[in-house]
Amino acid sequence: MSVTRLLTSAALALGLASAALAQDKTKVGFIYVGPIGDGGWTYEHDKGRLAVEEHFGDAVETVYQESVPEGADAERAITQMALQGADLIFTTSFGFMDPTLSVADKFPDVKFEHATGYKAAPNVSTYSARFYEGRAIQGHIAGKMTTSNIVGYIASYPIPEVIRGINAAYIHARKVNPEVEFKIIWAYTWFDPAKEADAATALIEQGADVILQHTDSTAPQAAAEKAEGVITFGQASDMAEYKPRPRVSSIIDNWAPYYIARTQAVMDGTWESQQIWHGIDEGMVEIGEITDAVPGDVKAEALAMKEAIAAGEYHVFTGPLKKQDGSDWLAEGETADDETLLGIDFYVEGLTAEIPQ
Amino acid sequence: MSLSSIDATLLLASLIVAATPILLAALGELVVERAGVLNLGVEGMMITGAICGFAIAVQTGSPLVGFVAAAAGGAALALLFALLTQVALANQVASGLALTLFGLGLSALLGQGYVGVKPPPTARLDLGPLSDLPFVGRVLFSHDPVVYVALALVGAVWAFLKYSRAGLILRAVGENHDAAHALGYKVVRVRILAILFGGACAGLGGAYISLVRVPQWTEGMTSGAGWIALALVVFASWKAGRVLLGAWLFGGVTVLQLNLQAAGAAIPVEYLSMSPYLITIVVLVIMSFDKSRAPGSLGRIFHASQ
Repeated sequence: MSVTRLLTSAALALGLASAALAQDKTKVGFIYVGPIGDGGWTYEHDKGRLAVEEHFGDAVETVYQESVPEGADAERAITQMALQGADLIFTTSFGFMDPTLSVADKFPDVKFEHATGYKAAPNVSTYSARFYEGRAIQGHIAGKMTTSNIVGYIASYPIPEVIRGINAAYIHARKVNPEVEFKIIWAYTWFDPAKEADAATALIEQGADVILQHTDSTAPQAAAEKAEGVITFGQASDMAEYKPRPRVSSIIDNWAPYYIARTQAVMDGTWESQQIWHGIDEGMVEIGEITDAVPGDVKAEALAMKEAIAAGEYHVFTGPLKKQDGSDWLAEGETADDETLLGIDFYVEGLTAEIPQ
Repeated sequence: MSLSSIDATLLLASLIVAATPILLAALGELVVERAGVLNLGVEGMMITGAICGFAIAVQTGSPLVGFVAAAAGGAALALLFALLTQVALANQVASGLALTLFGLGLSALLGQGYVGVKPPPTARLDLGPLSDLPFVGRVLFSHDPVVYVALALVGAVWAFLKYSRAGLILRAVGENHDAAHALGYKVVRVRILAILFGGACAGLGGAYISLVRVPQWTEGMTSGAGWIALALVVFASWKAGRVLLGAWLFGGVTVLQLNLQAAGAAIPVEYLSMSPYLITIVVLVIMSFDKSRAPGSLGRIFHASQ
């Protein structure tokens, strides 16, 4: 009897102690759409998580769940993380938007941060990067370097972020090469290496010699490497293992400073709901090394554009620009406002394909 | 729209490449299910084969050795399933699902040092004058050896099940394991061999993705191909010929829809995207209106005492 009681109280004490310990630590959760080894999008978010661990050491505990499908199951995964006692949860894909809001409604004391979405709540912030700034630079290089005048684009889902990227790349490719044509494939997935490789192969077989991708794995790079004379750009991560060819440059998402700042805010009790959209200027979007496969003058122009964007002297969407149907969008010298860009659902003039509904 | 930009020769050649992984995995699962075992671990065995094949090919510099290792890796994982379900008499559905989860985790662990590594290229088989034939040469006679192994395997599995004594025994075990047992056949032994064959085939299919189709290693890169293969076996009514047809249909429509998109076809992308699944299912379901049905003992546990 006494042994049992002793054991019970010991167990209780242990339980209380660990609960107390857990309260001291700030628990930060991450929900990923792909595996952390995708070499792209999720890989960079996980680098941000590791940076948080390194920065705060024992003061934080991080948890993550990989390969969470967008949709109903995401709600279960986020709920579980909230139930585990997470103080701050980053949900890192567009499709987690509504699940995040619905879980946030049930856990008012937990702070949520949703990447690339547009819906916020008192305990839900949104954060995104102006990837389109990097797309403009890619478009410039693509327009200059294509010899077939066909640029292949592997798109994921028809959401504003992806459409913005296509527009930004196309505008700047056409500016330096009026003959350029974009062939777009919607993969309807963020991560499926075999399908991404097939899409790249289909585009290359139809004459594309530049491949831009808005999917998360390095598979299109591998497919492009098999073909001769095709160039690609790293997406979300540097994808440096495909340097100097086919990968000639890249957009790198740098989430670490933001994740550290927001974790700090939760620790200090100063966290407030906000909607931020950072670009090259703030360092959330980085341009990976432009390799020697790119001619020197093109590289110099690309870097000059990067500087101008960072300094706020040049806006990627500057008029005159027309919509695909020929109607006016931006007048001479006018720049697009963030509200329009955040909800953009149309192509600019010159793109021939249609956006899936 | 410019459909002229689609090159039929290249399209058909890509079709065969896209179909090979699911064809291999589905053929293996077909034999397993004909022996009366439902192994839902195909995805796990494929991804394990993908990393085993990739790692060994990189280490030895030989894709051939890689493919052998992939088959061995897939079979090793299958052996685990065999021990669980045939010796320990565990539930097959639960064991299969566990095998998939285990395979995904194990492959991620094994693959840690291989992200971003380039595998040695798998050479195309040179069939001399055959490969130089216009059209057919490119479509049929200039692939890597694994494509031909897969095609030969279709014929071999079909003939084995239909004409050989061993194939009849395997089918007997799958249709009614008690009767087969009463006749003196070693039910458990036959099933373990079938499971190992299924694992080896799934491993080959996985390695085909990591060594030829993509070629690289990425965590979770099979991305559901194993589940497609499983579904294919059912829709193909457990017949080798129909598995081939289904794999080609699925692979073909997948590649075709990507090409149609790139060519700017005036078909809504949503329909194009779902077409591989839809068309494959419809065709195979219509074909299965004959008297084909599942093996009688499929998924049931066998113990000699019962």
